[in-house]
Amino acid sequence: MDSTSNNSNTSAYDITDLCLLAGKIMLQSGAETYRVEDTMSRMAAALGFPGAHSYVTPTVIMFTTSRTEPVKLFRIAERTTDLQKVSEVNDISRRLSERQLTAAEARERLGAVDDAAHAYPVWLQIIAAALTGACFTVMFKGSLWDALPALPISGLGFAAVTYLHRLVQIRFFAEFTASFLIGLLAFFSVRLGIGQEMDKIIIGCVMPLVPGLLITNAVRDLMAGHLVSGLSKGADAFLTAFAIGTGIGLVLSLF
Amino acid sequence: MILQLITSFIAAAAFCVLFNAPVRALVQCGFAGMIGWMLYLQLDERWDTVIATFGATVIVGVISQFFARSFKMPVIIFSVGGIIPLVPGGLAYDAMRKFVENDNNHGIQFAVQALLLSGAIAAGLVLSEVLGQMFRRKSV
Repeated sequence: MDSTSNNSNTSAYDITDLCLLAGKIMLQSGAETYRVEDTMSRMAAALGFPGAHSYVTPTVIMFTTSRTEPVKLFRIAERTTDLQKVSEVNDISRRLSERQLTAAEARERLGAVDDAAHAYPVWLQIIAAALTGACFTVMFKGSLWDALPALPISGLGFAAVTYLHRLVQIRFFAEFTASFLIGLLAFFSVRLGIGQEMDKIIIGCVMPLVPGLLITNAVRDLMAGHLVSGLSKGADAFLTAFAIGTGIGLVLSLF
Repeated sequence: MILQLITSFIAAAAFCVLFNAPVRALVQCGFAGMIGWMLYLQLDERWDTVIATFGATVIVGVISQFFARSFKMPVIIFSVGGIIPLVPGGLAYDAMRKFVENDNNHGIQFAVQALLLSGAIAAGLVLSEVLGQMFRRKSV
């Protein structure tokens, strides 16, 4: 009943746009593939299109409201991890299903989520990265003396990645340069006697850059039957790890 | 031991800041990460690393389901924080470094280990989801 009344004031065109926007935000924020597909179909069903289909890979979303309608496509160029946005889109889609929101309100809120910046300022992220690096150094059985240089080095490494990502459009260049910087700083800190084990410092410091989560997500996508998503995420993770490994390897071969 | 507790808590919470988790979820993320890492350390002494990771992930997943239900947020927020210390990022990097250093034997060894570990984590998350679904159906 409700769905037909919803259907009458919003056309299929608007609903396709709404679902694509939700899917786009989720995919750019690093949600799992199956979650994106699930959210989009649920939203479409809540707005009166129970037969909606979507096909999601890390680079593209395809969506159609029914078998006879043309398919709409959206290309995704960049992906980050932004759990806040995933959570908010999830919330909007749930409220839409529970009829607490109309399509127009959902559209407005999704637009706001899409425009929202990272909730934490950059300096706080750098501090967080520094803390992460130092803590991982200790967790990987480094001593507290190794954690001391790891603190500023991982902060600097992360700052370099964020800055270079804005500066240069070439992928993996930022990771390569940052890991080179990390390796160099770790080497000199050991040479100056501030740290003890270069290996432990480096491994702690690269943790904020390393695509561990991406690898796990890739395997998870593969297990869920999203073969294309899984393989492309795996390739992405492999290249990132390769860039980091090359950066560190270059330092090691220099000295 | 206490040092490991504190560092794993801070590491998981700080990583969630990088992933832009909501502020009110940070403590829970840190907590999930801490439990996962402590469990992993305990299990790793007795069993194989892959099994230890799998066990720790299942528990992290169950805790995340519990948190997600009680704080009304998606599971992914907490499970990401929880598995961050377990994720084989360091191993993936190690593997790549060995390849770059032309030490292919060790490189492949590390790469296979990283793949197995991420498989264990993925399987653990899926299993905890299944457990959560069974539990939910029973309680309804």
